[in-house]
Amino acid sequence: MDQDKIRVLVAKPGLDGHDRGAKVIARALRDAGMEVIYTGLRQTPEMVVEAALQEDVDVIGLSILSGAHTALVPRIMDLLKQEDMLDVPVILGGIIPTDDISKMKALGVAEIFGPGTSTTHIITRIEEITGRKAVPGA
Amino acid sequence: MHELLAQVREGRRRAIARLITRVERSEDAAREATQALYQHTGRAHIVGITGSPGSGKSTLVNQIAKAFRQENSKVGIVAVDPSSPFTGGAILGDRIRMRDLSGDPGIFIRSMASRGSLGGLARATSAVIKILDAAGYDIILVETVGAGQAEVDIARVAHTTVVIEAPGMGDDIQSIKAGILEIADMLVVNKADRPGAANTVKALRMMLHLGGGLSLRHHGETMTVSAVDGEKDPPEQWQIKVYETIAHEAAGVPELVAAIHHHAVYLQDSSEWFEREKDRSRRDVTELLQAHFMARLQAIVSQESREKMISAVAAREMDPYTAVEKLAGDVGIS
Repeated sequence: MDQDKIRVLVAKPGLDGHDRGAKVIARALRDAGMEVIYTGLRQTPEMVVEAALQEDVDVIGLSILSGAHTALVPRIMDLLKQEDMLDVPVILGGIIPTDDISKMKALGVAEIFGPGTSTTHIITRIEEITGRKAVPGA
Repeated sequence: MHELLAQVREGRRRAIARLITRVERSEDAAREATQALYQHTGRAHIVGITGSPGSGKSTLVNQIAKAFRQENSKVGIVAVDPSSPFTGGAILGDRIRMRDLSGDPGIFIRSMASRGSLGGLARATSAVIKILDAAGYDIILVETVGAGQAEVDIARVAHTTVVIEAPGMGDDIQSIKAGILEIADMLVVNKADRPGAANTVKALRMMLHLGGGLSLRHHGETMTVSAVDGEKDPPEQWQIKVYETIAHEAAGVPELVAAIHHHAVYLQDSSEWFEREKDRSRRDVTELLQAHFMARLQAIVSQESREKMISAVAAREMDPYTAVEKLAGDVGIS
């Protein structure tokens, strides 16, 4: 039987230690039927891109609450370009000031989820972005 | 696919990652990849790491990989975590414990979800191992899902099986039960600084001692060698030993890695390497034959007539053996 699972990397780049949000998302995506590669806290941009490459994920999910997105996201996008991986969509969650949203999108971030976003919405958007279903055949 | 396979042979990492995804997704891709790469496999030393959830498998894999990297071996890691039986989703978290290995181009880590397989591995795990083997990885560490007592598939794909126990996991009768402890080529008591570690080590050593120290695994099964009926001395036997480690500080890891090396030498010197390869091949061919015949049957005999036969069995009009004889006759292999 063919199994076409959506594989999502959930990573927390940067130095803040608050991973509750990332864990909630990881759990919700799991319950939706996706395979979540969870890498944990304090990932460098290099670690994020390396994991995304080796795991051949369909989506890269970043959780950043520290305000460091203005430094981390450009670096990650740059590394993705070097690896010829700009075809892998990046989604971003956490505390992203409204003023930065257009900057992040200009860098190539596919979607930004602020505080209060429902997990159902995130799941739907991932399905739309990848063009696939979390539960194949559903 | 052709280009992808060529890039895998060159060790290109994104090609490896993509081929693994294809092989996980479809049986046809697994067949195509295996047919193309098989002649380039068989070089890697495949080491299985198994044990109960939380016993420290990932942390130990991290340390073992670091030790092999110091010897300049290229290390592939396949880490399996369970899929949900309800949603099919999974959280693959083994990389969390392997962050020391990031940034090293001589390491390739891939997480796999078990996707419904119950033996501790995923259906595609052995094909993924072949891909890493063909891509030039010298050592392939395969970490199973957190295993209880009966997840013993790893012994069928690995040359060397390391079973990890943590202290305080039950009384000493646990150690003489059948199952996972029987597949060990070496036993590790991890978290050896925790209370109760000495007792666990003692219970495992007693278990090995009760086996007379003369039992060895042969053709994947435990055989007891009688000292009386052998007309000549048996060749050097592999001694299963208990190692103590504290994985997060790498204590005991050099001894364990030395034992893994020693085991590879033993397998080659005693021809058991080839014997294990032969057993694996026999199983591979048998399983594929079964699947092949089943597919042929389903192609030739309509579902309707199969269902009719099944209803007849359910109604006690026919016994299941006769039903199988008739169905097999339709495919010409009665």
